[in-house]
Amino acid sequence: MDLDLTEEQEMLRTMARDFLTKECPKTLVRELEEDEKGYSPELWRKMAELGWMGLVLPEEHGGMDMGFMDLIILLQEMGRNIVPGPFFCSVVLGSLPILSAGTEEQKKRFLPEIASGEMILTMALYEPNARYDASGVETKAVAQDNNFVINGTKLFVENAHIADYMICVTRTQEGASPEEGISLFLVDSKSPGIKCQVIPTMADDKLCEVVLENVSVPKENMLGELDKGWRIVTRALEHAIMAKCAEMVGGSEAVLDMTLDYVKERVQYGKPIGSFQVIQHYCANMWTNVATSRNLLYKVAWDLGEGLPVAKEIAMAKGWINQAYKFVTERAIQCHGAIGLTRDHDVGLYYRRAKAAELAFGDTDFQKELVAQQMGL
Amino acid sequence: MDFRYTPEQEALRKEFADFFSEEMKHVPPELDASMEAIFDLDICWEFHKQLGKKLAAKGWIAMAWPKEYGGRDAPLIEQFIFNEVRGRYKAPGVDPIGVGMLAPTLLVTASEEQKREHLPHMARAERDWCQLWSEPNAGSDLASLTTRAVRVGDEYIVNGQKIWTSGAHRTDWGFMLARTNPEEKRSRGLSFFLVDMKTPGITIKPLYSMAKAHMFNEVFLDDVRVPVGNRVGEENEGWVASQMTSNFERSMINLFSHAKRELEELVEFCKETKWGGQPLAKNPLVRHKLAQLAIETEAGLAYSYSVVWNQIKGGLITAAPLAAGAKFLATELIQRLNYTACEIMGLYGQVADSRWAPRRGKYQNYYQQCMGLNMGGGTSEIMRNLVASMALGLPRSW
Repeated sequence: MDLDLTEEQEMLRTMARDFLTKECPKTLVRELEEDEKGYSPELWRKMAELGWMGLVLPEEHGGMDMGFMDLIILLQEMGRNIVPGPFFCSVVLGSLPILSAGTEEQKKRFLPEIASGEMILTMALYEPNARYDASGVETKAVAQDNNFVINGTKLFVENAHIADYMICVTRTQEGASPEEGISLFLVDSKSPGIKCQVIPTMADDKLCEVVLENVSVPKENMLGELDKGWRIVTRALEHAIMAKCAEMVGGSEAVLDMTLDYVKERVQYGKPIGSFQVIQHYCANMWTNVATSRNLLYKVAWDLGEGLPVAKEIAMAKGWINQAYKFVTERAIQCHGAIGLTRDHDVGLYYRRAKAAELAFGDTDFQKELVAQQMGL
Repeated sequence: MDFRYTPEQEALRKEFADFFSEEMKHVPPELDASMEAIFDLDICWEFHKQLGKKLAAKGWIAMAWPKEYGGRDAPLIEQFIFNEVRGRYKAPGVDPIGVGMLAPTLLVTASEEQKREHLPHMARAERDWCQLWSEPNAGSDLASLTTRAVRVGDEYIVNGQKIWTSGAHRTDWGFMLARTNPEEKRSRGLSFFLVDMKTPGITIKPLYSMAKAHMFNEVFLDDVRVPVGNRVGEENEGWVASQMTSNFERSMINLFSHAKRELEELVEFCKETKWGGQPLAKNPLVRHKLAQLAIETEAGLAYSYSVVWNQIKGGLITAAPLAAGAKFLATELIQRLNYTACEIMGLYGQVADSRWAPRRGKYQNYYQQCMGLNMGGGTSEIMRNLVASMALGLPRSW
């Protein structure tokens, strides 16, 4: 057993923290909330120069050949700074499925450009029925000559408005089960027939509505096998969930630090409010929520990186961290009092993102049902 | 980062599991049906003592102690694995007070003679201990205790009253805090003593729990004579010794592991029990409650791994706030688990051992008993105070 980060991981963490503190201050986060694009091309370029977009991609595809745990460490820092932009969708939802399921041609075509930051990817999975499971995939793709023609509406698609390509999850056949008959396509966002619109959301995180009307996609853009795409989605979601958990843990750490600073300096009744037991117990509960989340994140992400069976554990981790991040941000606002309610205060940035993160890839109720199934109930 | 045990540690874990799997086939069912049964019922106490002898023969009771006192100099991780497995099998056999609390104190603060007198007996499971600390007016504020020890020649004469003494009626010896200098306030005038519970002047009276079990006691001390040689550490410096009682494997892995096993049994119950024509396991409310407990248990287990890792790596000072967190996380988890079990049982959740009682009325017993876990050894509130001051840099609030 060795539960320490490696020396390289410690260096990555320190470097990321220093870089993001300098390059991604909260003023930029706020500015980009209001910005139409929602990301800073300058910051994006600098992140690409650091090699972050290709962190876990093989060197032959322009990456740095690091491991999934390294990506977790980086995302934890990005979550701590709530870095706006398409990193998550391009790297986690875009590059990882291509790496695991793409043809050699697809890898050569997409991965180096993703790694260099020149190309932005996303995944179009959810639809207006708002279901997390395979039964929610209703968008149809029909074979026509050397192409597939896609019709349907995708919803909550991260950063589709700036993505160059999207991995579109479609139904190519009605199977015996909802998981059968699903196929994935790499769709050029500029294809005729695509309409994209940003949905206003609590976290201003640029989730989009993408309407596909007779969108023609060449057959060679199919990712994986015909009708067997759900297993790629499942694998992608396993990584995406742990990656999201990493962001959430980073966010909850930042909120705890912010709250501790505040309760030490805010004076009422002649004393810092952090000297009152009721506030101390809130903080102790926040601390244990953060610590349990971090430990569970590392344990399950490590298992996933090692290829161990983790379906139940991933659902447990997301289920726990969903609750913990919300708890920590809610108590943080309580400790801050009325100032915490304002648009200007940073704690609200995290409070809003805690809810958005809970909803990403399965809310708490959804995860609990998965856990129940995995326990044989 | 690597969460795996080494092959040797895995082999050890299997050896523990095989042992407990076999031995726990003979456990009296009453032991599992009540958290207080070990002290309450002769048959359960006897099982604890017999199992202790077998564990001692294996050399497992005091693995991490030095060899000269009956241990085997094993690394802390092996103690952790033992506790994890023992928790899973819900096995008694290890005196939690003597082995768990007193021994670490003796190892650090006792004289060579005291170590040689007491530690081997504990390692051989020959001597069980109780803790003579709390008093009617000194609970969380332990340093305000008033039991008085006055030195007369080679003895101290002790007068006062202790309370909440688990197992005083079963155990052989007790370790006590008493005031030796009334001029000094609070912790500064206290000394730490080892007391033979058969000493004249000791009167033990039962304090029956809500669930009618005899676990707690009041202990009255009237002119009890304790040899000077039974004082651990210097006179008036007992408080320092008392703080060492927490010098042991403190991840609470045994409780988290125990909770996991309890949950698995509850899941089985829900799968095999049909109410209203369908298994409880199909009821969405039940499924979500069980899933929530599973999630919390998994989070607790991952946390306890980090506690032991920090303890191995950084020692007690580093791990102390983590351990305080583990205490309230684990005990409050067990509380929620038992409340949930009672909720799932519905009307049957109130039935004591009888033909109408699910699982021998265990859950209604636990409902009454589980809050004791978060009080014994420092309440959840005290633990949160410790986290606030030790981990978060907030001012001491007491």
